Amino acid sequence: MIPGAFEYHRPASLDEAVTLMTNHGDEGRVVAGGHSLIPMMKLRLAVPTHLIDLGNLADLKGIRAVGKAVEIGAMTTQHDLIASDLLAETCPILREVALTIADPQVRYCGTVGGNVANGDPGNDMPAVMQCLGASFMLRGPKGARQVAARAFYEAAYFTARKDDEILTAISIPLPAQGHGYAYEKLKRKVGDYAIAAAAVVLAMDGGKCKSAAIALTNVGETPIFAEAAGNSLVGTAVDDGAIAKAVAAAKAVAKPAADMRGPQDYRSHAAGVMVERAIKRALTRAKR
Amino acid sequence: MNKVAVKMTVNGQAVEGRVEPRLLLIHFLRDNLSLTGPHVGCETSHCGACTVDLDGKSVKSCTIFAVQAEGANLTTIEGMANADGTLSALQEGFMQEHGLQCGYCTPGMIMRAHRLLQENPNPSEAEIRMGLSGNLCRCTGYQNIVKAVRYAADKLNGRREAAE
Amino acid sequence: MSNATEMTLEQREATIGGIGCARRRKEDVRFIQGKGNYVDDVKLPGQVFGDFVRSPHAHARIKSIDTTKAKAVPGVLAVLTAADLKPLNLHWMPTLAGDTQAVLADAKVHFQNQEVAFVIGTDRYAVSDGIQAVEVDYEDLPALVDPKQALAKDAPVLREDVAAKDNVGQGPRKHPNHIFNWDVGDKGATDTAFSSAAVTVKEEIFYQRVHPCPLEPCGCVASMDKIKGELTLYGTFQAPHVIRTVVSLISGLAEHKIRVISPDIGGGFGNKVGAYPGYVCSVVASIVLGRPVKWVESRIDNLSTTSFARDYHMTGELAANKDGRITGLRVYVLADHGAFNAHAQPTKWPAGLFSIVTGSYDIPAAHVTVDGVYTNKAPGGVAYRCSFRVTEASYLIERMIDVLAQKVGVDKAEIRARNFVKAEQFPYKSCLGWDYDSGDYHTALDKVLKAVDYKELRKEQAEKRKRGELMGIGIATFTEIVGAGPSRNCDILGIGMFDSCEIRVHPTGSAIARLGTKSQGQGHETTYAQIIATELGIPSDDITVEEGDTDTAPYGLGTYGSRSTPVAGAAAAQAARKIRAKAQKIAAHMLEVAEGDLEWEIDRFKVKGLPEKSATMKQIAFAAYQSVPEGLEPGLEAVNYYDPPNFTYPFGAYLCVVDVDRRTGEVKVRRFYALDDCGTRINPMIIEGQVHGGLTEAFAIAMGQELIFDSNGNIQGASLMDYFLPTAVETPVWETDYTVTPSPHHPIGAKGVGESPNVGGVSAFTNAVVDAFAHLGVTHMPMPHTPWRVWKQCEALGIGE
Repeated sequence: MIPGAFEYHRPASLDEAVTLMTNHGDEGRVVAGGHSLIPMMKLRLAVPTHLIDLGNLADLKGIRAVGKAVEIGAMTTQHDLIASDLLAETCPILREVALTIADPQVRYCGTVGGNVANGDPGNDMPAVMQCLGASFMLRGPKGARQVAARAFYEAAYFTARKDDEILTAISIPLPAQGHGYAYEKLKRKVGDYAIAAAAVVLAMDGGKCKSAAIALTNVGETPIFAEAAGNSLVGTAVDDGAIAKAVAAAKAVAKPAADMRGPQDYRSHAAGVMVERAIKRALTRAKR
Repeated sequence: MNKVAVKMTVNGQAVEGRVEPRLLLIHFLRDNLSLTGPHVGCETSHCGACTVDLDGKSVKSCTIFAVQAEGANLTTIEGMANADGTLSALQEGFMQEHGLQCGYCTPGMIMRAHRLLQENPNPSEAEIRMGLSGNLCRCTGYQNIVKAVRYAADKLNGRREAAE
Repeated sequence: MSNATEMTLEQREATIGGIGCARRRKEDVRFIQGKGNYVDDVKLPGQVFGDFVRSPHAHARIKSIDTTKAKAVPGVLAVLTAADLKPLNLHWMPTLAGDTQAVLADAKVHFQNQEVAFVIGTDRYAVSDGIQAVEVDYEDLPALVDPKQALAKDAPVLREDVAAKDNVGQGPRKHPNHIFNWDVGDKGATDTAFSSAAVTVKEEIFYQRVHPCPLEPCGCVASMDKIKGELTLYGTFQAPHVIRTVVSLISGLAEHKIRVISPDIGGGFGNKVGAYPGYVCSVVASIVLGRPVKWVESRIDNLSTTSFARDYHMTGELAANKDGRITGLRVYVLADHGAFNAHAQPTKWPAGLFSIVTGSYDIPAAHVTVDGVYTNKAPGGVAYRCSFRVTEASYLIERMIDVLAQKVGVDKAEIRARNFVKAEQFPYKSCLGWDYDSGDYHTALDKVLKAVDYKELRKEQAEKRKRGELMGIGIATFTEIVGAGPSRNCDILGIGMFDSCEIRVHPTGSAIARLGTKSQGQGHETTYAQIIATELGIPSDDITVEEGDTDTAPYGLGTYGSRSTPVAGAAAAQAARKIRAKAQKIAAHMLEVAEGDLEWEIDRFKVKGLPEKSATMKQIAFAAYQSVPEGLEPGLEAVNYYDPPNFTYPFGAYLCVVDVDRRTGEVKVRRFYALDDCGTRINPMIIEGQVHGGLTEAFAIAMGQELIFDSNGNIQGASLMDYFLPTAVETPVWETDYTVTPSPHHPIGAKGVGESPNVGGVSAFTNAVVDAFAHLGVTHMPMPHTPWRVWKQCEALGIGE
């Protein structure tokens, strides 16, 4: 219940934050919304001696359209993401996913940056970001770089972000107007980690699928971008046969752990059901 | 153990202290300020018994350090009564509708319900249940809590006369 | 002296706010303003904090404990280990079940997270740092986790401290890991029933280990005043007087020098009955340091080390004729008690009141055998609204009667009606020895079936089955046994299970009552006031009810097992009646008539035939302090210690409708109708609240709760990350109903209701889930009915895709 002792820093600028990260190395951790890190600190599973609070960094807040993309500051809370009219209009899957995360209190504090950066296989945003083809902007002592969400996750709690880098923003290429989307999450209770979840974004044209992306949550060490499954829908009418093929392809790449949520075969099966339901729901929303 | 200064407003009063950075806000409230209304029911941020209202947000005060609340404006259950000392509509609703039994979840539940009604002044039953999904109760089964929140919503919207 | 009746009879009744009135609760006022006083709110001058170093191993020898570094941590004041408690003989303490339990692990640890050292410091942050710095060297031992292996020849011996004993407090035992064998009923008659039966069924029914998980964890503040030699102990105690006696017995402090105070308690559900190491260590630390010491556990501590519930591996068998009329019941139970036999229960009953297992049915012959065993798990067993193992018993019989119904092809409501004890058979003596006070099971079930239109539901189910959809209807018609209990067969540590109430009426007509029970949310400050209000004609608003301070409350055995209303509620009525009897004498004196000329009406004595001549209780109260008749003492008070002549037997009929998603295994509760009969209903609003809460616990147990262990004894799921506590979103809407069949032996006919919903609810849920698959030949499905388990059943039947 009680964290270890640490020195608290509240940098006023991104440069200052990066410098602190570099100086403190292993001993330093950034805190964004705190609702992943602080519970771990309370169980002493994380014991940073320097805590670098990103809360003052105005640079990391805000949601704005940037050309054909939308850019979300890493410190945007789930609550603000849900409230964003811009996102509701241009990328509504984000709101749908955010509402499945935790509970209202956690959503007031938890940030989308934190949810994508910490590499917890149970987090919901990573798979959705992969589905959307998002990129994460990182800033370190050597400068800024971008990493595609689809290339960001290496293993549970291991990502492409180096220890001295801070994830500053997420850039999402806007899905086509009239796209269909859905996030289907099977869970034991509201806000819980998924038993299995599937994100689907697709676009139709003249009754045929023009583009489709499918990604899975919590059925592997990392989010799983089911590339072949998504590709298999392209060019089809997304009929039952095509859906079944996509489901099989998605299940083939699911590698769930067995835990209290269920054994592996169940979770793979559940992933398949979620993919199927997500595709069907996305289809109802897509402009044909 | 370095201590740092911290200042905030709690229930309309300016307060300050010298605290370790690792001091959780819930402990600052309960131990330093003797506001024992918010409670601790778990250490994994699930139960919501510690919920307070901070700068217009419902926040689990066990998952934020006191130093992170520097300059913030907080309300706890102790600050919920009306300015004239009468009970707020929510407090009245909880009593009228038997929305509490042991009372341990009640302060957090009322603080969350308070913010919920700011977000959504006329919530449906489903919206109330979803809105309270971060607050656990082991005694009531939630049914009367939902009624209590509806009572308050009705009263605040002028659809209900004051109780005796 | 005479008063014109300004108010009507109805108005006077309403003013009294007595039995039957859904009046709002008196205790709410402080809780809704954050002014409750729970243990962690207690702050005494000079108070310090203590907490435990806990074993990561389930079974290990302790080779050494080095506290040097810990003692050097800033803010740490002391570290206690078993070695420090040994000279006081407090490193072990007696349990409420006749065994001994380690306070701090002495040479060996027996379950994961067991207490090994107690670190005391100026605040909880320093203590937490100190705990990190204690170095313990363990030698790992093979863990015994499967109770079925406990009695094997080559099983590891867990309790080396009692290995040589052939009795650990509950009769002879046959193996070092064996605790007791309990046998009840008529084996011969039962065997005959089975061998001659037209139909027999048998099922393995496991009631999984769960935990009551009240929102407030356990804790205490111990404050030893060295000058006066007096100990004050605040704590989460459902039975404060028992704690006082236990502390006296183990510490050597005389009982009059110990004051135990249970302040407000944030939920108990049986989790807060026994004495935990935290209490003992806090007391010792306070004595050693001469300062108040506070201990409050974490949620993980609570779930993994305090009193768990259930863990009964049951084998049920029924013998019946082809119409489903039961002729015999046989039950074998393997009870996993964890590492110490430490649950709270009447001493003569090692399996609690499990022999209520014949339930609502007129069963001519039954035989029950229970073997309790040790395993490398936390101790406990009797908890979580169980009425002393009644939850397990009721689950067994309600499942078995459904199994039988499926075997003989009789409808599950009909088979119950065929087997019910009939209303005219009461008082009814069960073949296992219980005297059921009153009941009317047919009326209750009929009312429920009518309310839900049962025939329509079965029709709908048949149609859905044709379409391959899974819909289940679960019925539970339970009778449970509460109100422990008659001291001739109920005692805890030898103290009879009576309870008490002391009432004092003040000169200006209001009153204070103190009782030996202790509410943890059940509304006693309101309900006891209502009983007394009806008996005394004083408004319940004018009656203060206090519990929990052993310096002022008369001795009682506390609140658990739904015993408050049956026992202390009776004491309240009896004490009030003593007062009213004296009041009648005073009124006669005031009105200058003979006692026999007076009759009682709501709030006053009236002279028969002269209604304008009356004396209200308020007037009598003043007179009691002013001028009493010759031979009477002044004042107006009484105390009653009530030794109940019998238990009470609340009952109910519950019906649950579920729809199962065969592709995900999710179970949706469509409807839950709960009819309870708790005899006289003191406050309908509070009863309904108890039912809602108990059903929600039952829902959690049936649908998601379990504490499991891997082969090394590591506990899984002991935090709220995994332990299933439903939110307002998952929790179904409850429909409640009632009948009233008063208890003939209780002064106000009330039976108690708090645990009924957990007792009946779990059976209703499981019966519903199994019923959804019954047409496919499924007879039982083990709890909890998590989506993966239900899906596994679907898959096994080839319908999971």
